[in-house]
Amino acid sequence: MNNRILVCVGTSGVSAGAEKVAANFRSELEQRGLGDSWELVRTGDRGLFRDVLVDIITPELGRVTYEFVKPEDVAELCEKHIARGEAVERLKAGSDYEKFFAGQTRIALSNCGEIDPEDIEAYIALDGYAALKKALGMTQEQVIDEVKRSGLRGRGGAGFPTGLKWELTWKEKSDEKYMVCNADEGDPGAFMDRSILEGDPHSVLEGMAIAAYATGANHGYVYCRAEYPLAVKRLRKAITQATQKGYLGENILGSGFSLDIQVKEGAGAFVCGEETALMASIEGARGMPKPRPPYPSQSGLWGKPTTINNVETLANVRHIILRGAQWYASIGTEKSKGTKVFALAGKVKNTGLVEIPMGTTIRDLIFGPGGGMVNRRRKIKGIQIGGPSGGCLPESLLDTPIDYESITKTGAIMGSGGFVVMDTSTCMVDIARFFLSFTVAESCGKCVPCRVGLQRMLEVLEKITAGKGTAEDLEFLAKMGESVKDTALCGLGNTGPNPAITTMKYFADEYKAHIEEKRCPAHVCVDLVDFEVDEEKCTKCGLCFKACPTGAVQWKPKEFARIEMEKCIKCKACIAACNFDAIH
Amino acid sequence: MNIDLSEAAKAIDKYRDKKGALIPLLQEIQDIYGYVSSQAIGMIAHELNIYPVHIYGVLTFYTQFYLTPRGKHTIKVCQGTACHVMGGKELLDYLADKLGVEVGETTEDRNFSLERVACLGCCGIAPVIMVDEDFYGRCTIKDLDALLDKYTEDDSSGSLNGNVHNLHKKRNKPKSN
Repeated sequence: MNNRILVCVGTSGVSAGAEKVAANFRSELEQRGLGDSWELVRTGDRGLFRDVLVDIITPELGRVTYEFVKPEDVAELCEKHIARGEAVERLKAGSDYEKFFAGQTRIALSNCGEIDPEDIEAYIALDGYAALKKALGMTQEQVIDEVKRSGLRGRGGAGFPTGLKWELTWKEKSDEKYMVCNADEGDPGAFMDRSILEGDPHSVLEGMAIAAYATGANHGYVYCRAEYPLAVKRLRKAITQATQKGYLGENILGSGFSLDIQVKEGAGAFVCGEETALMASIEGARGMPKPRPPYPSQSGLWGKPTTINNVETLANVRHIILRGAQWYASIGTEKSKGTKVFALAGKVKNTGLVEIPMGTTIRDLIFGPGGGMVNRRRKIKGIQIGGPSGGCLPESLLDTPIDYESITKTGAIMGSGGFVVMDTSTCMVDIARFFLSFTVAESCGKCVPCRVGLQRMLEVLEKITAGKGTAEDLEFLAKMGESVKDTALCGLGNTGPNPAITTMKYFADEYKAHIEEKRCPAHVCVDLVDFEVDEEKCTKCGLCFKACPTGAVQWKPKEFARIEMEKCIKCKACIAACNFDAIH
Repeated sequence: MNIDLSEAAKAIDKYRDKKGALIPLLQEIQDIYGYVSSQAIGMIAHELNIYPVHIYGVLTFYTQFYLTPRGKHTIKVCQGTACHVMGGKELLDYLADKLGVEVGETTEDRNFSLERVACLGCCGIAPVIMVDEDFYGRCTIKDLDALLDKYTEDDSSGSLNGNVHNLHKKRNKPKSN
């Protein structure tokens, strides 16, 4: 069948009415008697949030992408494009859409937004499970060697070489081994694993099967975050389909190799993304980390050798087996091979998932696929990379290439792929306080540096954002930050101080403004905002008036806005709405 | 309070001989009752021969579990990075103030429970709140009153389960393209 309509029914699509759009296409096709000659495909997220994305593919016009499609546009699309073969120019995806995809190299995300994730046949049609077939014809050593030579490193954040990890488990002698997929994507601001699981679950299962074969594991678990119900549902469906087809289960494809995979739902604990905590959680206990060594490859789940890989890492595996280590290693930098998916969010024009070759600079990511800043009046201040374990980098470091080594050198870490762009309306002290409050809330409490040290750091940051900071506080933060980094038990504590340390290093003047001048330059820290309208900057536009939920903003056309403090609840809706930085 | 534990007993039987079954069992019991009662904990401890303190340890470790009954609707306000930058904290503060509860608590009429969630994973439509299974993206403080009213008056709102609502209706195709 050549004629196809793809409707993106991912989270963002559904929010804009994608289900209705798909339903309208279905009824239009039936009314026109075209139900048999056209295929309507419901795909996962393609990565770009453009409300409803629709692709119409015909032999005559090729592939035409439409964006911001509304349910009522479907009739026109059917009448012009489907019946008469004329593209509807008005709805065609514009230059931003092209720019978003132009700078990308999509490997892990190659199927996301292209196929129906609930249909194994669609996956198989795009070489699905061909890599597993090929791997089963190779020896375990050959598979491990291929992955080692590809240079693939863990995409969960730490960047441990994947092939080496497999080899360590493979070398262990044991009657039982386990393969675990870490889908406990907890970093605020990262959602690539969710999109892969929702948009292409089979690619993860295939990666797991290949890893399990190479390491000698016969039981697999996907530990998935409880907040991702759709991902869990699609995974379970995919496991059933793959088992029916003989890609999982007993004696896979007649090779003698068997693997069963179960989905384990998390119960809401960020620290369970740490591998030893994750295993404790699968075993049914409190998810608290253990000291390493022993490493999971020696003594993991139920004391047996276990390999733990992240979702994105596993989604790369089948491509490496099919196309070869050399091909994969040709992408990226000398030490960081392949691509990395980032969840681009914050104050950029195009937000969504972007897969770029390692070595792309931060600037090229923001002004390429990101399309630049969303508000042209506000300048970029910096970026936050790597979530609560990562750091904030200033504008002067925008030309840093994105690879494990270069990012680590700045004091941040690559992390799982959270990437938030911040403009002048973001307060960096507040961001440090925000991440510390997250880490403190999620600390499991087992080791003192993390439980007490991070708590003390947070208290000091709260003091500074309340305008009560002193010069000694900065010294304390720096010293305590280093101690916690050096002494905490697991990655959560080891990296927890990073947001505070990097903001102090790169945005020292903002700390100074809070401490010495009792001023928050971005007008974010409520205790330091007066809620006064600067009449030199106010353009009398009334946006603040429209945003205020309590009627505290007084405004009439052609008059300056004024804020009545008796009614003001200090929600800052007015400051967020103002394009001219006129409310202090 | 007397609670019918027959459903809990069935769930326990289902997981009785399974490895690492405590968390899935507690999840299932919470699905049935909305929370995990002390009676249910006693029953699990007795039936599976584990100490109640171990069960309490697990229950209090994970944020997903509740030891007290919940409101009819659960509002989760995303406090992820993107939502924070886009004003998620202000949404949470406003709701806490409006409902007269602290985060984690339930309103007196048992209609709403208010929660913060670290990240809902839909940062592209930040700031996001989730009521029951429904997502509301690009949410502003001004939208919240109407939303609360909807879940207070309309008993059928449960039928929206799993939907994602885009509160920012203005997103027409930009003209600049």
